[in-house]
Amino acid sequence: MPTYNLKINGEIHSVEADSDTPLLWVLRDQMNLVGTKYGCGIGQCGACTVHVNGNALRSCSLLISQLQGMDIVTIEGLSKEGDHPVQKAWLEHDVPQCGYCQSGQIMTAAALLKNNPNPTDTDIDAAMNGNICRCGTYLRIKEAIKTATKL
Amino acid sequence: MTKIKTQYNRRSFLKVSAAAGGGMLIGFSWLTGCISDAKIEEIAIPKEWFDINGYIKIGDTGLVTIYSPNPEIGQNIKTSMPMIVAEELDVDWKQVVVEQAPLNTGFYQNQFAGGSLSIRLSWDALRMAGATGRRMLLEAAAKEWGLSVSNLTASKGIIKQINGERTITYGEIASKAVDIKVPEEIELKEIKDFKLIGTSVKNVEGKNIVTGKPLYGLDFKREGMLLAMIQHPPAFGMKITDFNEEEIKKMPGVKDAFIIDTTINEPSWSDEKGFLQLIAVVGESTWQLIKAKQAIKATYEVVSELENSEMHLKNLEQAIVSGKVEKSRKDGNPDAAFDKAVKVIEQTYNSPFLAHNTMEPMNFFANVTENSAELIGPTQTPEALEGSVAKLLNIPIENITVNMTRMGGGFGRRLYVHFGVEAAAISKKIGAPVKLIYTREDDMSQGTYRPAYQSTYKAGLDENNNLIAFSVKGAGLPESSVFPDRFPAGTVDNYLAEEISASTNITTGAWRAPKSHFTAGAEQSFLDEVAEAAGKDPIDFRLELFDRAIKNPVGEKHDYEAERYAGVLKLVKDKSNWGDNKPGVYRGVAAYFCHSSYVAEVIDVVLENGQPKVKNVYCAVDCGIVVNPDAAKNMIQGGVIDGIGHAMYSQLTFNNGVVNEKNFDRYQLMRHSQAPESIEVFFVKNEIAPTGLGEPGLPPAVGALANALYKATGQRLTTQPFANHIQTKKLLG
Repeated sequence: MPTYNLKINGEIHSVEADSDTPLLWVLRDQMNLVGTKYGCGIGQCGACTVHVNGNALRSCSLLISQLQGMDIVTIEGLSKEGDHPVQKAWLEHDVPQCGYCQSGQIMTAAALLKNNPNPTDTDIDAAMNGNICRCGTYLRIKEAIKTATKL
Repeated sequence: MTKIKTQYNRRSFLKVSAAAGGGMLIGFSWLTGCISDAKIEEIAIPKEWFDINGYIKIGDTGLVTIYSPNPEIGQNIKTSMPMIVAEELDVDWKQVVVEQAPLNTGFYQNQFAGGSLSIRLSWDALRMAGATGRRMLLEAAAKEWGLSVSNLTASKGIIKQINGERTITYGEIASKAVDIKVPEEIELKEIKDFKLIGTSVKNVEGKNIVTGKPLYGLDFKREGMLLAMIQHPPAFGMKITDFNEEEIKKMPGVKDAFIIDTTINEPSWSDEKGFLQLIAVVGESTWQLIKAKQAIKATYEVVSELENSEMHLKNLEQAIVSGKVEKSRKDGNPDAAFDKAVKVIEQTYNSPFLAHNTMEPMNFFANVTENSAELIGPTQTPEALEGSVAKLLNIPIENITVNMTRMGGGFGRRLYVHFGVEAAAISKKIGAPVKLIYTREDDMSQGTYRPAYQSTYKAGLDENNNLIAFSVKGAGLPESSVFPDRFPAGTVDNYLAEEISASTNITTGAWRAPKSHFTAGAEQSFLDEVAEAAGKDPIDFRLELFDRAIKNPVGEKHDYEAERYAGVLKLVKDKSNWGDNKPGVYRGVAAYFCHSSYVAEVIDVVLENGQPKVKNVYCAVDCGIVVNPDAAKNMIQGGVIDGIGHAMYSQLTFNNGVVNEKNFDRYQLMRHSQAPESIEVFFVKNEIAPTGLGEPGLPPAVGALANALYKATGQRLTTQPFANHIQTKKLLG
């Protein structure tokens, strides 16, 4: 089995895995970074969203062999103390219900705000549309993103 | 003053103390995530903990642990249940940490998440646990100081002498409270004296959720644990006969592969009825197991008819026409009244099968030994799971433990226990601890769906536009969605409601607000049509009917309180400025009663690029006392989105027994851009003990949506999903 050196949350990790292994399962099974969630496995629900070189991407659809040298950030690495403006805004609006999709929502929202610090409602919809919340917390997510722009 | 007997629970309190001594309650700390938030950093960690009762332990530093007994599926009871205990205990919420209790049928009652019943059924028990703890702490302090309890008062975890200077904290007296005799009767607070209940308290797991801590069943890990996946037959009506076992076993990372049989003698309602024989693959890496699953070549036999969606529609239609009526209610003489009616309105409504689609797919951990089983994972019904595993493995129930993880959604899906049973069967076969994981495709194609429904409604108006006759005939695959004694029963002199079942081999189960989600949509859009035919405002028309039920109800009984029903309609009328019509805004209204709560909703639809879009929603809710208002609002908002989303976009269809929608590429759930801009929620203030909240927000959204869409498009949408039936040409023209 080949070995890959991955930069995850600022540290280089050496990982042994089949070349076609999606990043999602490396994170969850091998790295114990289970904040990145499995929802669909085909890039349709956004629960597994991570940052790769600052872009919000679906880790279920990224093969480990394509990621050497890239800067990967998971929900666990978004902030040291859990105090990223998006995380703080999420708590302020008490967004989660079941909470399962929220790390993916937060990662997508954080990437959006990095590239577009003052998004319109249309910008938010466009960026967030790939993240499903089955509990229906969409309104609070939008409010929290707007709050995060001010934090 | 509310007094409540503790006698029954006194015995069970004692029982739990014994259980706690055995490490069952106290020893449960498999994840750091079980300690709820950052409070630990603010208050000194206790050296010693004292069990006051099965809900409460108090540390010597004053930190209080409250156990939340019921499964957490996102309804937020892990916050609101401990709030109720803390209210009566009179402890500062800042000093409370919350832990999930394990299944303990000897102590807790009703440890399940279903029917919007968690708070409703545990209201008294939770208050009593807190009040008992408070009393025991007071008695311990009184004994210490040689005073009578009546000379003492307690607030925010501090006991004070009423006319004196002595004070002592709960943490300081807890060690002595343990030996106090559990009082036989206890006083509860007056509702008006509540300090914590009725204030908005943040989710105790908020920080853990937003930082991605391991909380869910799928996140659970234990040293030496293997992973497993299953493969069920591709079609309902098929059974596995064989598969390429040797080939699969040779695949990289596969430790074992075999067929399990999860047939249970005398299965309960919560046991699987469809796919009982499954191929299981076991290994150490999820991805290798997914690849092994893809390489499975199995043979199947056809054991019953391979059904398709066209057939389902035909069967429902036929059932309505000629099916056997199983249950009915008849008031007056509907046939004669319809003959006499000046106007007769008739409409038929349909909805497809739906999957639950919890974002966290089914999974469970099991560690089965010769004569015991340890089960950990996401279940809404831990007691049912325990029973089924006991039957499957033929081991005594006492030798089975169930611990509940936080769940990535429930919606009724995890009332059914097969995935836990399957995990146990696999663990037994391999003789090792194992975590079973479903792929999304396994999850969506396994069954346990919301049934498909069809109902035909008929109403007759006299020359003065009074409703003189009403009938509903409803069929379902497999169960009818008609509730014969619900509204408008009691309001119409000549009334008929008939329930018809039809058969299918597609397995079904309870789906958030079972039956109500369909019936509310059908009935409330039908009443809208009837009101229009009568030339009446839809709210006034309903209020007239409730007036009849209040003053002179028809028949022996009906399921609802007409005053409260009318109350939410009046409240939503006021809050939405009903009647204040704005150009380009199309309004619909609906009200529904289910799970003992009343909800009325007004939905505003606008047209964007010729397409209807829900803009604003106004909800009036009567669910008795609201424990945690902002979280309650979140529940109602979620219910509204769920109702609109599924009625608008979702369906599950079949071709030769095979599900066509197996993942979110084809199964459409509501997304961000389709969500309303605002959902305002208004609660009726009263002192009625809390009723359901998780489900009642959903059903009226379907009716209010259909009625608003009618105003926007001129079409009465009667078949779900509505988006597939809106004729956009008409709109653009």
